[in-house]
Amino acid sequence: MASAGHTDRAAQATVPPGGGDDAPLIRAIPLRHPWRNTFAVIVLLLFAGFLYDAFFLRTEYHWDQFGKYLFDARVSQAAMNTLIITVLSMVSAIVLGVILAVMRLSPNPVFKSISWVYLWVFRGTPVYVQLVFWGLLFTLYKSFRVGLPFQTPWVDIPFSFSIDVFWLAVIGLALNEASYMAEIVRAGILSVDRGQEEAATALGMSWSQTMRRIVIPQSMRIIIPPTGNEVISMLKTTSLVIAVPYSFELYGRTRDIAVSIFDPIPLLLVACAWYLLFTSILMIGQHFLEKRFARGLTMTDMTKPDVVEPQSKADHE
Amino acid sequence: MTQFTEQLPVQSEVAPDMVVAERVMKQFGSNTVLKNISLTVKRGEVMCLVGPSGSGKSTFLRLINHLEKLNAGRLLVDGEFVGYRERDGKLYEQKPRDAAVQRREIGMVFQRFNLFPHMTALENIIEAPIRVKNQPRKEAIARAKVLLERVGLAEKAKAYPGHLSGGQQQRVAIARALAMDPKLMLFDEPTSALDPELVGEVLDVMKALAKSGMTMIVVTHEMGFAREVADSLVFMDGGVVVETGDPREVLANPQHERTQAFLSKVL
Repeated sequence: MASAGHTDRAAQATVPPGGGDDAPLIRAIPLRHPWRNTFAVIVLLLFAGFLYDAFFLRTEYHWDQFGKYLFDARVSQAAMNTLIITVLSMVSAIVLGVILAVMRLSPNPVFKSISWVYLWVFRGTPVYVQLVFWGLLFTLYKSFRVGLPFQTPWVDIPFSFSIDVFWLAVIGLALNEASYMAEIVRAGILSVDRGQEEAATALGMSWSQTMRRIVIPQSMRIIIPPTGNEVISMLKTTSLVIAVPYSFELYGRTRDIAVSIFDPIPLLLVACAWYLLFTSILMIGQHFLEKRFARGLTMTDMTKPDVVEPQSKADHE
Repeated sequence: MTQFTEQLPVQSEVAPDMVVAERVMKQFGSNTVLKNISLTVKRGEVMCLVGPSGSGKSTFLRLINHLEKLNAGRLLVDGEFVGYRERDGKLYEQKPRDAAVQRREIGMVFQRFNLFPHMTALENIIEAPIRVKNQPRKEAIARAKVLLERVGLAEKAKAYPGHLSGGQQQRVAIARALAMDPKLMLFDEPTSALDPELVGEVLDVMKALAKSGMTMIVVTHEMGFAREVADSLVFMDGGVVVETGDPREVLANPQHERTQAFLSKVL
């Protein structure tokens, strides 16, 4: 806006501060990218060739079988199981991961050590091996005993029940994933400015209050993107629970069907289609979660807005 | 614009001085940042701590608020030991919970405001009264609104810190500290992170607070504020108290050459 003090003479001399006509918009000829376009055409041609080959020339794909089994009741039920396993193990892993991360960062050396050893074991061994171990849980531990070492136990309850392999699969995946989540949460917590913890402490808040109310909510912004990746990764890792052995999830079920009809390829494609559907949905969900937790932090530059008005008059003197 | 009309509770018995430091020493590893600091801050006194950066002013404030532990000497706030308990002539390390209880009554304002960015101005202020003092939410909100009005930000209650200017953020931070009804306020370079034109609004709030009778220790480079508001001025350099006295006298006529050298640079 032009201020009243400026005279016409000032306007003629140069462009007056904050006044005058706007300069015309720049209309330049855009840069050409001939190689980019050529490359795109080549890639498209190759891809089209691949599709043509897959659909019309290569009969081993058996697209009719693909169509037949894509919405087969057994397959969609298995897809549901995959989803349930993913959600259950991921939710438990996040809860346990937060606990482990907070323990790792707590001032208590006992908690710190427990968390460190947990991470050492569960991150240091393959998830497939861990799943096999969970399958053997009741072979290892046959009864529940309370007593002193080398004495006849006071209580000795044999495990007459056994946990369903479904739950063993969930436990196995969750405990493994918790160790990765712990590291993600820890990184998130460490990313929060130390001044935040100090301010909360100075207000008399306890360490756990400071964590729950101040630090963890702020760390969410850092934690969510990698957690989204972990969910997607978990969805695919469920295909390993055959190690437990649990085989009613997507990959196990489609493989069993493939074996019974002696035709593996269309059923692999069926499994891939379902996995892709789920991961696509997860990616959309992640996008919205990230938006939600950026609340209050979208404008990180703190001094710019609302600053100048009171002094502006004095500046023109 | 800013008025603090609240009266501080009158002490019936002879109340101890608010802060007593006797030969306080603090080390970080092999680095001694405070040596032999002896200071007394009386009730209702406004003390300004000045000195070059690295002179230990901020560390001293942090000791008072238990954010650091002292290594030697004695430090009492309102007659109570900070960080330790004395029983039968022995010192016992303090439980974090007891430290938190003492901290509640000490308000602290930081150089970089340290407002909680995921909460609005109002939520920042009511957080500690609700969580720490178990104040009912309604009461806390009513009180927060009064405090926001006193710092001139009644209309910013719903703004997030990221949408406030530095001066506004610091005023919210002062209101947040006051919401706990502190008996002592510590200011750690409250205007150093502000653009020059925003310093005045924060100093105005602090002046009004000083007039209301609040005991304040202010680490600052604002000599004008020290001259106008402070009851005493302490000049620190290299972890020791070099000179203390009435701020007007010290600023006009510094006795020690280190004080003279420092003041000639900042005034």
